[in-house]
Amino acid sequence: MVGILEDKDRIFTNLYGLQDWGLEGAKTRGCWNGTRDMIDAGPAWIIDNIKQSGLRGRGGAGFGTGLKWSFMPKEVKDGRPHYLVVNADESEPGTCKDREIMRHDPHLLIEGCLIASFAMQAHACYIYIRGEYVREREILEAAIKQAYEAKLIGKNNVHGWDFDCYLHHGGGAYICGEETALLESLEGKKGQPRLKPPFPAGAGLYGCPTTVNNVESIAVAGTILRRGAGWFAGFGRPNNTGTKLFCVSGHVNLPCNVEEAMSIPFKQLIEDHCGGIKGGWGNLKAVIPGGSSVRMIPAHEAEDVLMDFDALSALKSGLGTAAVIVMDKDTDLIRAIARLSYFYKHESCGQCTPCREGTGWMWRVMERMVTGEADMKEIDMLLDVTTQVEGHTICALGDAAAWPIQGLFRHFRHEVEDRITSYRAGKPHVQGASLIAAE
Amino acid sequence: MSVRRLAKEQPASFEFSKDTLKTAQWWIAKYPPERKQSAVLPILWLIQKQEGWVSEPSIRVTAELLGMPVIRVLEVATFYTMFQLEPVGKVAFVQLCGTTPCMLCGANDLKKVLHERIGPKNHVSADGKFSWEEVECLGACSNAPMAAINDYYYEDLTPESLGQILDEFAAGKTPKPGSRIGRGASEPAGKIQTLLDPKLYDGSAAKKIKIPNLPEKPKKAKKEPAA
Repeated sequence: MVGILEDKDRIFTNLYGLQDWGLEGAKTRGCWNGTRDMIDAGPAWIIDNIKQSGLRGRGGAGFGTGLKWSFMPKEVKDGRPHYLVVNADESEPGTCKDREIMRHDPHLLIEGCLIASFAMQAHACYIYIRGEYVREREILEAAIKQAYEAKLIGKNNVHGWDFDCYLHHGGGAYICGEETALLESLEGKKGQPRLKPPFPAGAGLYGCPTTVNNVESIAVAGTILRRGAGWFAGFGRPNNTGTKLFCVSGHVNLPCNVEEAMSIPFKQLIEDHCGGIKGGWGNLKAVIPGGSSVRMIPAHEAEDVLMDFDALSALKSGLGTAAVIVMDKDTDLIRAIARLSYFYKHESCGQCTPCREGTGWMWRVMERMVTGEADMKEIDMLLDVTTQVEGHTICALGDAAAWPIQGLFRHFRHEVEDRITSYRAGKPHVQGASLIAAE
Repeated sequence: MSVRRLAKEQPASFEFSKDTLKTAQWWIAKYPPERKQSAVLPILWLIQKQEGWVSEPSIRVTAELLGMPVIRVLEVATFYTMFQLEPVGKVAFVQLCGTTPCMLCGANDLKKVLHERIGPKNHVSADGKFSWEEVECLGACSNAPMAAINDYYYEDLTPESLGQILDEFAAGKTPKPGSRIGRGASEPAGKIQTLLDPKLYDGSAAKKIKIPNLPEKPKKAKKEPAA
């Protein structure tokens, strides 16, 4: 057997799109089975079971999903309806899992939307899909139509809870993956994050109580309740339970998406599912284990790490969205991180000064580090600037821009120093780099 | 942030086609009546589908349709990078992903191909048929490197296969989107080892089941997965 998880325990049974994504196919695979019984058991039962399953949000932050749902007001008051908003604005570099859910298993998502909305007493749900996912949007829209026609959702549906599910799309802004920026965008504005408090559970979409969840967190809800919280909690380590979609990209022989048990050792994940590292394990240099926003870990740490929230944060990295970017010995790590710095500079919304100015500044300095046209003391200056951006902005994009750079210098500072030195070798005059350091 | 300005040369006017307007109304109906503004992104996108890009007159017309100040629509159109504020290639508009996961897998080689075949980025080729730009992560990293051409994803590209795709577009065809190395989606190429159990697909999962941990009947909600 490959990996840890057996086929019978996989939630996304059409991950690779080999079966029918439509309603009939989904029902054959067990979707929409027993949904009425779950609804009949009441919101408290649903939230309680999701809590017991130990499901942590799959969008990157890893906040307990059941706990998040429990923050919503228990009753609809003052004529302010409740909303569920599903964050399908998947744009974290390295991450490509929600796409597969939406185009291959859309009914799991729709079923999850109904269950989660009912648990939070919401009659309407908006799914915010990123604008570039045109094909995925077409399929999801068709699947929603099927569900309406089969009376699974909509007014007077077979589940006894009036529920409307709407698909909305974005316009190619990474920042809209931040929940309050997403809400702004959904209201037809620029996607600039809101100050918290008030939190969305108090005042979210259109000023009404709202919960924003990642696609994967919602799509697993139905199966968790169907199989039982204990079943889900049986995978992985305590506090890191369940199954998880891993997106592996970069220098592996067979890059792929795969559903695995949480806490699978990195080595096993890559060996069993991805055909190993290109050129063998000796050729591994570094891994970004959770999408571009987390700090990289070097090969020797990666080789025995477990892929879960706690193990990776102990290494000052993170599981994030479980988007594993593998880099081999031929990789120019400085260039790889400089490209990420450009990404954050491009995607900063411009609202907070440290981020708007800092991301551009960090990118320009990183570009010079790539060629070596920099001063040694600029390394510390750069690290100092990352700490001035980190934690000083409304949302976490500032942190996300700072961490990849910190990760690079934490483990590979000597490479940057070597490059600066070799750039200067053969150029015996004063370089003047410090003059252009902080333009 | 990226600095984005409206094109210098603008058409005199813009009008919704009948179909576009119908779809726009369908979008508007998705939101509460007093929240029409929510439809602004989808409507700008429809305009882009109709015209190829978003012009200044179309922004004014959108503002009128949604009862928004023009500046609010302008703000949205310039904030979201998916909206093209200048005309793009009429036959093929290539959006090449250049972010790290694609870069590691050879996106820079693809840039060279595009540069040779089409010219510098963000410029429409002389015949008006082609243009390309570099975009940030498009979320298909396990199929890197990739590009979106006229909305659809072409994945697992090589300089050769990208060249072939451009040839096909030039010949008036529309190549099939998806992987260029024969993958169906994001499975391990040629070596699927999971999701092979026939029991997953024989309908046994659709049989009537008893949901575990339900309140009352068997016992209190807790523990003991029954399935």
